[in-house]
Amino acid sequence: MTVATILEMVLAAVVLALGVWTIAARETFAATVGYVAYGLLVPLIWVRLDAVDVALTEAAIGGGLGGVLLLGAAARLRPSEPATAAETPGKIVRLSAAGASVMIAAALAAAVLLLPDPAPTLAPAAVANASATGLANPVTNVLMAFRAMDTMLEKVVLLLAIVGVWSLASDRAWGGRPGPRHQAGPHGVLVFLARLLPPVGIVVGIYILWTGANHPGGAFQGGSILAAMWLLVIMAGLTDTPAVGGRWLRLVLIAGPGVFLIVGLGGLCFGPAFLAYPLPPHAKPLILIIEVAMVSTIAVTLGLLLAGAPERSDQG
Amino acid sequence: MSFALDILTIVAVSAGAFFFLAGTVGLLRFPDTLTRLHALTKADNLGLGLVVLGLLPQAGSLRHGLKLVGIWLLALLAGATVSQLIARAARQSGSAR
Amino acid sequence: MTDTTIFGVCAAAAVGLGLYGLITNPQPLRKIVAFNLLGSGVFLLLGVVGRRGAAAGFGNDPVPQALVITGIVVAFSATALAVALLLRLFQTAGSATLRSDAPTSAGINPSGD
Repeated sequence: MTVATILEMVLAAVVLALGVWTIAARETFAATVGYVAYGLLVPLIWVRLDAVDVALTEAAIGGGLGGVLLLGAAARLRPSEPATAAETPGKIVRLSAAGASVMIAAALAAAVLLLPDPAPTLAPAAVANASATGLANPVTNVLMAFRAMDTMLEKVVLLLAIVGVWSLASDRAWGGRPGPRHQAGPHGVLVFLARLLPPVGIVVGIYILWTGANHPGGAFQGGSILAAMWLLVIMAGLTDTPAVGGRWLRLVLIAGPGVFLIVGLGGLCFGPAFLAYPLPPHAKPLILIIEVAMVSTIAVTLGLLLAGAPERSDQG
Repeated sequence: MSFALDILTIVAVSAGAFFFLAGTVGLLRFPDTLTRLHALTKADNLGLGLVVLGLLPQAGSLRHGLKLVGIWLLALLAGATVSQLIARAARQSGSAR
Repeated sequence: MTDTTIFGVCAAAAVGLGLYGLITNPQPLRKIVAFNLLGSGVFLLLGVVGRRGAAAGFGNDPVPQALVITGIVVAFSATALAVALLLRLFQTAGSATLRSDAPTSAGINPSGD
């Protein structure tokens, strides 16, 4: 029983306790705060599992941006609390739901404990083919080269989510600006933070994008930090949310999947297959171009997803 | 020399953990929002600062040490701003006297 | 008791908790939170599978890691769409209930203002 094992058991216990709090808390706001805390402790589990890229992504998107999204919604939905709280299902439904959940959790735990030994793994294949791109971070290799199709289609999923959110605008606010106009005291603390932190945050975000080639990092993590800085500036009232009908905004949104698609078609025309990259000296600049387009799209998309559906017309 | 650095790490990280514990006890025991914020800032500033101080000898290079200090400064900035905002909101909503 | 066992059981428990919360919590936002908890548990399971596939000098198999990163981003965008739908429902109907016999509009004009 080493110290590391004790630490991991304590960590797992705390995370599960937070999960129970999230489900069992009486008030929605308290449950959401519990989920934010959970989302900030799970990255520690990911670091213990030696998956630092995933830990960065979970902390930035799952804990950070997801927490902002859910806390904002919980605050806006507070007036609806009493009405929905009265609809708690009866004892029979709750008991059978508990029974089903316990069975599924037990089945999953059994599956984890009975996984085959030695475990099948694709790590040697990833290492063997790493010379195809010249990048040292294996996760970036998998994301941008070996399973680039998944990443490209994921960009399209983000676009679809944006289209879905924007289509919820009322007729009056169609093509307008999401969210309320934030105001903050011009000499206040929030404005001070929104002036001091974004330069640092932008440098950190671009650094994480750049270093993702050889160390843990990448476009998703860097893009979410850039989105967070943009949202901070919006929340301090230093800038307004963009009008969703704007042409430049839509160009930035399709830049990510668009560049990816163009490179992929280039691979089809000049190379052996769709999304085939050229030999190593030329693969890295191409991947970098794709990542730069991706990070701007990701930052703008995540920020807009958090801002929500348009609520004010463009002139208002 | 490295033994002395290890002792420094253990002492500083333990002191930092003690301040975190004190902050949590204050969070649970103090009666209202402003006093709880007061307790939390002790955990943020002193606790994290001592933990970072304790980890500095273990950092591999100057760059890693500067990154650790940068993390502490960012946490300080965020904690100070958020405490001010929460305190102002608490005073406006009347939950503090 | 290796780390994969501990975290594998933790992930399975998170899936069970999320499923229970999804079924029994009447407030739709809490269903969304429980759904996120469920998703996070599933990602942890993938991470455990990857950890068991540690080989060739890496601590964790890179392919499940890439799948989980993709999954986290997609789950976030699904959550954002769900929250936007919920807020719009609350705005137009005046209540956030998912009951099928609830009034669908609080007496406002059909352009959905």
